[in-house]
Amino acid sequence: MADATITPGAKPLEPGPLVGWRRYVYATNHKDIGTLYLSFALIASLVGTFLSIAMRLELHEPGLQYFTNPQIYNVFVTAHGLIMIFFVLMPALIGGFGNWMVPIMIGAPDMAFPRLNNLSFWFLVSSFTLFCSSLFFPGAPGSDGAGTGWTLYPLLSTKGHPGPSVDFVILSLHLAGASSILGAINFIATILNMRAPGMTMHKMPLYVWSILITAFLLVLALPVLAGAITMLLVDRNFGATFFNPEGGGDPILFQHLFWFFGHPEVYIMALPAFGIISTVIATFAGKSIFGYLGMVYAMVSIGFIGFIVWAHHMFTVGLNANTQAYFVAASLLIAVPTGIKIFSWVATMWGGSIEFRTPMLWAIGFVFLFTVGGVTGVVLANAGLDRVLHDTYFVVAHFHYVLSLGALFAIFSGWYYWFPKMTGYLLSETIGHIHFWVTFISVNVLFFPQHFLGAAGMPRRIADYPDAFAGWNFVSSLGAYGAACGAVIFFIGMAEAFYRKRPAPANPWGPGATTLEWTLSSPPPYHQFEVQPRIS
Amino acid sequence: MAIDPRLEAEMARASPPPGPAYQLVEPSPWPIRGAFSALLLASGLILWVYNLIWPPWIVFSLGAVGVAATMIGWWRDVVREGEAHEHTPLTQLSLHYGMLLFIGSEVMFFVAWFWAFFNSALFPGDSIQVVRDKVIGGVWPPQGIETDDPWGLPLLMTAILLTSAAAVTWAHGRLEKGDRRGLKLGLIVGIALGVIFTCVQAYDFTHASFDYSGNIYGAVFFMATGFHGAHVIIGSIFLSVCLLRAFLGQFTPKEHLGLTFAAWYWHFVDVVWLFLFMFVYVWWA
Repeated sequence: MADATITPGAKPLEPGPLVGWRRYVYATNHKDIGTLYLSFALIASLVGTFLSIAMRLELHEPGLQYFTNPQIYNVFVTAHGLIMIFFVLMPALIGGFGNWMVPIMIGAPDMAFPRLNNLSFWFLVSSFTLFCSSLFFPGAPGSDGAGTGWTLYPLLSTKGHPGPSVDFVILSLHLAGASSILGAINFIATILNMRAPGMTMHKMPLYVWSILITAFLLVLALPVLAGAITMLLVDRNFGATFFNPEGGGDPILFQHLFWFFGHPEVYIMALPAFGIISTVIATFAGKSIFGYLGMVYAMVSIGFIGFIVWAHHMFTVGLNANTQAYFVAASLLIAVPTGIKIFSWVATMWGGSIEFRTPMLWAIGFVFLFTVGGVTGVVLANAGLDRVLHDTYFVVAHFHYVLSLGALFAIFSGWYYWFPKMTGYLLSETIGHIHFWVTFISVNVLFFPQHFLGAAGMPRRIADYPDAFAGWNFVSSLGAYGAACGAVIFFIGMAEAFYRKRPAPANPWGPGATTLEWTLSSPPPYHQFEVQPRIS
Repeated sequence: MAIDPRLEAEMARASPPPGPAYQLVEPSPWPIRGAFSALLLASGLILWVYNLIWPPWIVFSLGAVGVAATMIGWWRDVVREGEAHEHTPLTQLSLHYGMLLFIGSEVMFFVAWFWAFFNSALFPGDSIQVVRDKVIGGVWPPQGIETDDPWGLPLLMTAILLTSAAAVTWAHGRLEKGDRRGLKLGLIVGIALGVIFTCVQAYDFTHASFDYSGNIYGAVFFMATGFHGAHVIIGSIFLSVCLLRAFLGQFTPKEHLGLTFAAWYWHFVDVVWLFLFMFVYVWWA
C-alpha cells in the first residue's frame, strides 16, 4: 500500500477548459465522467427500485392485486434485474468510483484514453434508452416488454416473445457490453501503464487491484455474451437455428454461453465491492490491511475460478453426473479465496482502534451480509441440494444477499467515504447512521424470510403464490417498504450536505486514510498529478 | 529496427521529459456523437426488420452515416495528434496495451462462435434432445448437408490470406528500414489480396449447397465465417487508411502506431481464418 512518504504533485485549483453542459457532454476528464456515471447510476436505481417495490406490493398478499396481466410482472422482474446489474451496480462500482479514484490512487493525471472513457459512458446512456424503449414495444403475445428474465433463455426469448421488445433488450445489451469492454480496456491500460514512479504492482491500493481484475473479467466475458445474444438476434429475425431444435439447434448452448459470461459477471460486481471494503476497513481500523498480498491473490484466484464454474447455474438442465461433479467441486473451491478475504477483513479490524464512522458501518454491514450470501452460495453449489432449491426464493435470497445487499452496501460505503473528496462537502454522520440502520434492518427483514420461502418450495418469478406462503411474504414486503424509506433518508442526507455546505478538509478521516486521493484538496483540482508524484 | 516502445517508456519513466508524461486530450464531441449514432443504428435496425416506419431503412442509414462520420472525425483527430507528436512514449505504450486488449476481446467474441460450432460438431448426438437428434442424425455435418471440398476454394482462400499477411509484414519491415516505396508496394499487394479474399468468399457463399436459415450447419457456418469475412473487410479498410497515410508522407521508421496496429489486426484475422479452415472446413468437412 502507498502508505510511505508521498510527494503530492498537485497544482492549485484551476478551472476546466469548458463550462456549462459542454463540460460534461464533451467530457474527457476522469472525475467529470465519474460524476456522470454516479449520477446515471442514481437515476437508474430509482427506476430499478420502483420496479422492485411494485413487485413486493404484488406479493404482499396472495392473489393478483396490481398485475392483472401476470406477464407484466415478468417484465418487471426482467427489467429490475437487468437495470440493477447493468445500469446501477456496474456503473456505480466501476464507472463511477473507478473513474474517480483509480487514476488518483495510482498518481496519474487521468485515464489512458479520456475520449474512450466518455464513449463508454454515453454508450451506456444509449443502451439504457434502448432498454427503456423495450418496455413499450410488444413482447410476448398480448403484452408489452420483455418478460424473459435477465437470462433471456430461448425458446422463451425467441418463440415466446415474437414482438420487437426482446430485440431492443438484445441491442441494449450489445451497447452496454461495448461500453464495458471499452471501459475495461481503458482501466487496464491506465493501471498497467500510468502508475507513478515507485508505485509497483504490489504497492497498489486494493481498490485499484480489484478494478484491474474486474476489467480483465469484463474483456474476457462480455464478448462471449455479445456472441450469444447475436445468435439470439439472428435466430429471432433471420431464420437461424442456433437455439431452435427444429433446425438442429441446442437451447442449452445459449445457457452455456450466457453463464460463461454470467458467472464472471457476478464477480465483476463483487470484486470492486471487495476493493472498496478493504479500503474503508483499513482506514477506520487505523491499520493497514491484514495480509495485503493474500488479499490481492485471493481476488486474482476468484477472478480465475469464476470462469470455470458457470454450469452450476445449470444443474437441472440434464448435464451428466461427471460434469455436475466437476462444477460442484470447482464452485466450492471459490469459498477458499473468499474466506481468505472475509478473515483478512476481520483480522484487519482485530486489535485496531475502530472508528464507527458511517462508511465503516456500511463496510461491517457488508462483511456480515456477504458472509450470509456466501454460505448460502456454498449450499447452492451442491448439485443435489440445488435440484431442490433451483428456481426458488432460496436462490433469490442468496443472490440478493451478495449483490443487492453486498454490492449495494459497498456502494454506500464508498459513497459515504468519498463523498467529501468528490464534492468538497461533509455528509451528516447522524443522517448517515440512521440511513445505515434503517437499511440494514429492513433488507434483512426483506430477504432473510425468503430463505424460508425458498426452502419451503416457493418458486421465483411468479406473481402469485399459495396461501401457505402468505406469512413470510408479508414480512418480506414490510422489509421492502422499510428499505424504500432508507433510500429516502439517503437522499435527505445528500440534500442536507449540499444545503449546509460544510467544507471538507483534504483528509476528513484521519491517519488511517493512506491512499493518494487524501493528499489532494477536496474536491481535487481539475487535473491532478500533471507532474508525477513519487512514491517511496 | 524501431526502438521497442516498452524500452522507450522505461527510459521515459527513469528520466521524465520536461513536458507532461502523458497526452491530456481536449474535450471532444465525438464520443457522444458516436454513442447517439449507435443508438440510431440499433433502433433503426429494429424499425427496419419489423417494418415500423417508412422508408424502413431511414433511421438505420442515419445511424450508419453517423457512426462512419464519428470514426472518420475521431481518428482524424488521433492522426493529427500523432503527427503533432502529442503521443508521448508512455501514451504510445498505452495505445499498444489498448490495441492488444481490443484484439483479446475480439478473440473472445470468436470463442462464442467456435463454442457454437464445437457444441454441434463434437456432440452431434444427445439422446435427451429428441427433436435436435432427429434433425442432426448424430453426425456432423448433419444428415442431408453436403459440404464443399476444403482443398478447393477454401485452400485458395487460405493461401490468399497468408500471402497478404506476409506482404503486410514485409511492408512494415521496409518502412522500418526507411524504404517508403516498399511500404506502399507491400500495402497495395496486401490490400489487393484482402479484397480478392472477400470476392472469393462472396462467390463461395453464393454457391454454397446449404442454406443459412433452417439448419444449424448453415447458421454456424455462415455466422462464423461471415463474422471473419466482416473482419477481413474491416482490416482491409484499416490497411487502406495506412496506405493513404503512407502516400501523404506520414509514418516514420520509428513512429507508425497506425501501421503496427493494422498489421496486428491483420494477423489476428489471419489466425482466426486458420482455425476456421482447420476445424470448420477440413476436419469436419
